[in-house]
Amino acid sequence: MSGRKCGKQTVKIDNVRVAASAAIVGNKEAEGPLGEFFDITLPDSEWNETTWEKTEAKMQREAVRLAVVKANRRLDDIDRVLAGDLLNQCISAGFGLRELEIPFYGIYGACSTMIEGISIGSMLVCGGFAESVAAVTSSHFCTAERQYRNPLEYGGQRTPTAQWTVTGAASAVLESGVSVGDIAVTHITAGKIVDMGVKDANNMGGAMAPAAYDTITAHFKETGFKPSDYDMIVTGDLGSVGADILVEQLKADGIDISKNYNDCGCMIYDAEKQDVHAGGSGCGCIGSVLCGYLLKEMRKGRIKSLLAVGTGALLSQTSTLQGETVPGIAHAATFRMIDK
Amino acid sequence: MKYTKQEYQEYLEKKSPNSSLIKDVLAAFLVGGAICVVGQAIFCIYKNFGGLSDDTAKTAVSITMIFLGAFLTGTDVYGRLAKFGGGGTLVPITGFANAIVSPAMEFKREGYVMGLAAKMFSIAGPVLVYGICASAAIGVIYYICGFFTGGAL
Amino acid sequence: MTFVNAFWVGGLICAIAQILIDKTKLTPGRILVTFVVAGAVLGGLGVYDKIVDFAGAGATVPIVGFGNVLVKGTIKAVREIGAIGILTGGVEAAAGGISAAVVFGFLMAVIFNPKSK
Repeated sequence: MSGRKCGKQTVKIDNVRVAASAAIVGNKEAEGPLGEFFDITLPDSEWNETTWEKTEAKMQREAVRLAVVKANRRLDDIDRVLAGDLLNQCISAGFGLRELEIPFYGIYGACSTMIEGISIGSMLVCGGFAESVAAVTSSHFCTAERQYRNPLEYGGQRTPTAQWTVTGAASAVLESGVSVGDIAVTHITAGKIVDMGVKDANNMGGAMAPAAYDTITAHFKETGFKPSDYDMIVTGDLGSVGADILVEQLKADGIDISKNYNDCGCMIYDAEKQDVHAGGSGCGCIGSVLCGYLLKEMRKGRIKSLLAVGTGALLSQTSTLQGETVPGIAHAATFRMIDK
Repeated sequence: MKYTKQEYQEYLEKKSPNSSLIKDVLAAFLVGGAICVVGQAIFCIYKNFGGLSDDTAKTAVSITMIFLGAFLTGTDVYGRLAKFGGGGTLVPITGFANAIVSPAMEFKREGYVMGLAAKMFSIAGPVLVYGICASAAIGVIYYICGFFTGGAL
Repeated sequence: MTFVNAFWVGGLICAIAQILIDKTKLTPGRILVTFVVAGAVLGGLGVYDKIVDFAGAGATVPIVGFGNVLVKGTIKAVREIGAIGILTGGVEAAAGGISAAVVFGFLMAVIFNPKSK
């Protein structure tokens, strides 16, 4: 062993930096509290495409292009791209990235895909298997609604625990070599699938909170870090219900994250004004908040250390119809601004 | 987390906000009632000015309401109304039209045959299936009873 | 007076559906199926027509009325033409509504596109 393993779930990463990141969002997200931080806002839900699936594919492609340009690279310089999304067979990734001609691994972690991509990408770079890796993911409200729920014009009511799928794509470019002023990826904690038997597909925050709890507990135990070692701790898309549960459950174990914790699903929208019930969800949720907002704040030095925990609900419409429960997954990554 | 699955679900239930029942039921009552009043007004027009018989006028009302539900779905009105109305927009026959038009429209991009037409009854189909099966079952009962009572039911 | 009755009876049927939506885990599809079957049963017992007489459109516009129309058509056909009526009567009586749903559904779906929310 190389000595990078610290515990069963966590690995230590050396010499990997986030060279650049980019986020593309829809109108609703741009109108939210973080609107000013995103790189591109779609002019409308189609973005000159004939179907929303094509729109989402284009969002992934453009997010990669933009992140690569911001990293001062050409597409040719990227050794691997790790991509995934919510649509069946990950078609946004497959169709969106086919013309980029970058060696491609498709990944799926539901809404945790961004952190999953960064995790695997960091290990590839750290292990010397690639110099430069792009991780990308996306979600689109209109494509997710029709796949998981009802047609857009169907007259249904959302429950108070329901979450709103973020229209957003995000990409991060990981490279080897860390110097002062860089954002380094230092630790990766891989999550286990945790299923507490929640059956309500409209309460995904509640279904995923135990997974986030499990991963965060493992992270602190295996790294020896305390919540106060981080300027900020974020989860992907637990929404107001799941976030509340997470804080309470960790507190019961003596881990107090309430001071520096937030959930991307709660950050991206103004829940009251934008009528999103429990908050945002989707791959693009933590994706765009991390790549659009948090990493930029780190680059400005406002956040020095960040624990980002992507959370995913590993359900499908078939499993829901068959009465299955909702398994949750959470992956965590530590980002640290190198200032000396 | 020191919960069993069962305990977690009870805990989650407590943690999850509930819909405000009184507000929702009132909205459903008002919207549903209003849609029925529209139906009644159309019925009166057909009967008094169109000279239709009671039964024909009732069928004509259903057809008109279905048209309105379909049109308002296409024009993005019904979905918005339903956000407020809930059960009040679900149960009237206009809601049945909404359940037919919304998937048909949504899946048009998958083609006019396997998309629009095939998906048209993906939500409303069960109503026809169970409605027709129930009426056939009751028809069977009625038919059998007829033997015992000499057809006088 | 029929207008008042149409309003409160129609509203009440919808309010029951809303209680089921909020208080049970029943999906809207299951609620509609329950209502249409309930309409068929009440129609078969001859109860629903009394509600229709009292509330007019308040009883015919909700989907419950559709179940009633189906079963009344079936019973009428069984009485007139015998066993074959079990299968012909219901849809015959509801033909206007079913055809309207298919035809208008098709036309609207061709003309309009869903709007992003």
